[in-house]
Amino acid sequence: MSAALLEVMDLAKRFPVKTPQGKGLLHAVDGVSFRIEAGETVGLVGESGCGKSTLVRLLTRTLPVSDGQIRFLGADLALVDPHRMPEHKSRREVQMVFQDPHDSLNPRYTAYDTIAEPLKLLGGVKDAGELRARVDEIARLTGLPPELLQRFPHQLSGGQKARVGIARAAVLRPRLLVLDEPTAALDVSVQVVILQLLADLKRELGMSFLFVSHDLNVVRLLCDRVLVMYLGRVVESGPAADVFANPRHPYTRALIASIPGSGRRALDHLLPGEAQSPIQMAGADASGRCGFHGRCPHGRDTCAAEIPLLRAVASGREAACHFTDTLPEF
Amino acid sequence: MPNLLPARATQQRLAIKKVASGKSFWGHARYVLSDNPFTLVAAGLFTLFVLMAVIGPWIAPYDPLATNVGPTLQPPSASHWFGTDSLGRDILSRVVVATRIDFVIALSAVLASFVIGGLIGACAGYFGGWLDRIVIRLTDMVMSFPLFVLAMGIVAALGNSVFNIIIATAVVNLPFYIRVARTEVNVRREAGFVEAARLAGNGDARILLLHLIPNAMPPMMVQVSLNMGWAILNAAGLSFIGLGVSPPAAEWGIMVAEGATYIISGEWWVALFPGAVLMLAVFTFNLLGDGLRDLIDPRRRT
Amino acid sequence: MLPLLEVKNLSLQFRTRGGTVHALQDVSLSIAKGETVGLVGESGSGKSVLSYALLGLSDAAARVTQGSAHFDGLDLLAASEADLQDIRGREVSMIFQNPKVALNPIRKVGHQLEDVLLRHTTTPRAEVKARAVHCLAEMKIPDPERRYHAYPFELSGGLCQRVMIALALACGPKLLVADEPTTGLDVTTQAAIMALIREKGRPAVGTQAMATLLITHDLGLARDQCDRIVVMHAGHVVESAPTEQLFREPRHPYTRQLIGATPVGRASLADLTAVRGNLPDLRRADLPACRFSERCGQASAMCAGALPVIDDGRHLVRCHRPAQEVAA
Repeated sequence: MSAALLEVMDLAKRFPVKTPQGKGLLHAVDGVSFRIEAGETVGLVGESGCGKSTLVRLLTRTLPVSDGQIRFLGADLALVDPHRMPEHKSRREVQMVFQDPHDSLNPRYTAYDTIAEPLKLLGGVKDAGELRARVDEIARLTGLPPELLQRFPHQLSGGQKARVGIARAAVLRPRLLVLDEPTAALDVSVQVVILQLLADLKRELGMSFLFVSHDLNVVRLLCDRVLVMYLGRVVESGPAADVFANPRHPYTRALIASIPGSGRRALDHLLPGEAQSPIQMAGADASGRCGFHGRCPHGRDTCAAEIPLLRAVASGREAACHFTDTLPEF
Repeated sequence: MPNLLPARATQQRLAIKKVASGKSFWGHARYVLSDNPFTLVAAGLFTLFVLMAVIGPWIAPYDPLATNVGPTLQPPSASHWFGTDSLGRDILSRVVVATRIDFVIALSAVLASFVIGGLIGACAGYFGGWLDRIVIRLTDMVMSFPLFVLAMGIVAALGNSVFNIIIATAVVNLPFYIRVARTEVNVRREAGFVEAARLAGNGDARILLLHLIPNAMPPMMVQVSLNMGWAILNAAGLSFIGLGVSPPAAEWGIMVAEGATYIISGEWWVALFPGAVLMLAVFTFNLLGDGLRDLIDPRRRT
Repeated sequence: MLPLLEVKNLSLQFRTRGGTVHALQDVSLSIAKGETVGLVGESGSGKSVLSYALLGLSDAAARVTQGSAHFDGLDLLAASEADLQDIRGREVSMIFQNPKVALNPIRKVGHQLEDVLLRHTTTPRAEVKARAVHCLAEMKIPDPERRYHAYPFELSGGLCQRVMIALALACGPKLLVADEPTTGLDVTTQAAIMALIREKGRPAVGTQAMATLLITHDLGLARDQCDRIVVMHAGHVVESAPTEQLFREPRHPYTRQLIGATPVGRASLADLTAVRGNLPDLRRADLPACRFSERCGQASAMCAGALPVIDDGRHLVRCHRPAQEVAA
């Protein structure tokens, strides 16, 4: 098996918190492992609180890691402190497109400044002519008319700002592009254009994508493989089409059933009630139960007693459920 | 009725498509000035004052320090529009020339505290931790003094001179800027563009200097204008009580002090004119504050 | 049968510093008793403006220039503020996007619920707290006694939305206006909230079913929930039809493009089509009669004329060149 582009092993992130009940640890990411191959698009889905935003920040090294490894291009990035990361040689190879284009551009930088900055700082480009040429090139690839480059963010539309964000992230041709809900803040009409742009860009520049989204429809269309997260753990993974056609984890089923137009009743797959808390109080035993227990319609005593581990259930498919083999037809 | 209404105005603003604005700085300046009549008035007065500060000594009809250019304590007349003081000096000339001193003091002090306070506050807001705690405690200490008394104390300790007034005024103004800068940076520290800047290879220093501070500036700019007014008042106040600028220099505070003793005996013009001009100057800066913010940060306009 | 809500030829403008915004133009809409109508369109199409105008919640700069709006016999545009306050919360309720922000942040949710009950029902003070807790329980809010004392910031987005629905339904209104009620919520929460709205709208013995006006930019959600869908573009109603008919035979080019842009049920990304162009600037004095003509792609010379109304009683379209009906 060839070396993957990115290999994440048992990655964990814990935040100390104080609640009215006392001190505890919030397990935002609780032992996540997965691989991304070169040229692959992997989708990461999960709802609020599942830990995907934290995971993304661990991968881009804006947050320190509590445990685990991030093997990328021969180095373990988990060992690199976020303050040292700007100087690391892999900084230019892992870039991110942010969720909110309105918030992720410096209001005092023109579009040109924003796109040129990584070239100057990480790409070592000093010559103004070369800078101009490369910015123009990526602007063309992302569908940004050259006259827009001199504008400030408040003079650009939402879709244009999204393009600037993508251009900035892609200008250095990073091997791995992380996209954090890139179309969530955009109108549906703009969304299509941006998604098609991303697909084109990927083809043109040969990057791997980690596409984080809560919108399953979009993930299904854009991604080769998908990871489903719940309460800080990966509960299912596999080729996108397979996972959507035949989900092997009850939570994935609930997610798919909840999509309007799925033709299914969400309430068949989800018990009413709150999700468990990701906070483990100081002094308490490590919880040895499935995170989805309590909302899972297939839950049994085993589920309350033992954490199901992520294991292979078919070729290329994994699920973390005690009863994944005996679930009824979807 | 329970409050169920969202910000309707913002909702309805969605109906107005944002038009890309290619307006130049001066085009926008013209708009700001025409929009609010007070800003226009303030801008006009400000220009007048700056003019007086720059060319004052040349347009003053008499030498401000020359004594006995006219009879002493003469009321306003055709040859002495503001009258003369107890040493026969022309008050108009002195008032005009005094503009320069007061402006220089105010400008230097405010600039110093803006730059230094801004940097300290930005670092405190960005790095947090013990640096932040120390800065806040020190700021609190300075602010717990009545500011004018503190300024008096500093000048008294360092000695009477224009330079020391500047230092005193700057120190007393520091907490203001430290706090504003700290808050603005703290709020923006988690913004998307800061994180994006880190991914683009910016280290902490660049993020502070190029990304955070420039965006924290607009609210600080409004403070600058208000502070100028206060700084002028402070300088005049210190001179009024005998600290700072010493006679025979022409300075509004000193002139008011000198004139104060003559009010009772009926020579009202000696104190009134410098006092009135002082008041006008402070007023101008205060009015300018709003307009300045509109000018610097157009997106903030409602 | 008389419709519950009837809007006819409504036009509304905003007078602003930047010019007059022609926010709504000749909008007609009707909702029958118990019907769920979806109002869809891009942001800026005028959906929210319309709903606020009906409830008398418009900004002070708004001016109705023509048209009428009647709710259950009451002339909404001519009604006094006192009359409107009477029906708001009791006959017509509204729930908003971003529930955490729409609730009063400094009052406990239980007290907010009590406000509505005291204002619009004859519940005596001694019983109102019990009734409020009962309303919370009806909305399947777990631990309602404890949640009564909670502030909005202590609750999740989904719970806040349930509280808002409780507030809206406390007095059994005839019409619920839901303005993007699930935007920003997780998809599983969204499913639960919409199921709740549907369930609570169904008639109990002796009461009338509640009508719902669901305002959303999510076509998939509208398709799932609504009996009829009204499509708006730039302040115009461009098409209106029963749900399945709209998706089977969309006649207006904008509707077709919107449907083409939604990812539900597609085989691949290449199947998606974008909606061309941008919304026109509604401040322009020279807006064409068909505000979609500049984005349309199949506009011709005849599209400059006043918009026709092509209405066969079920399917309404306002277009000079609508796609042909498929022969039955």
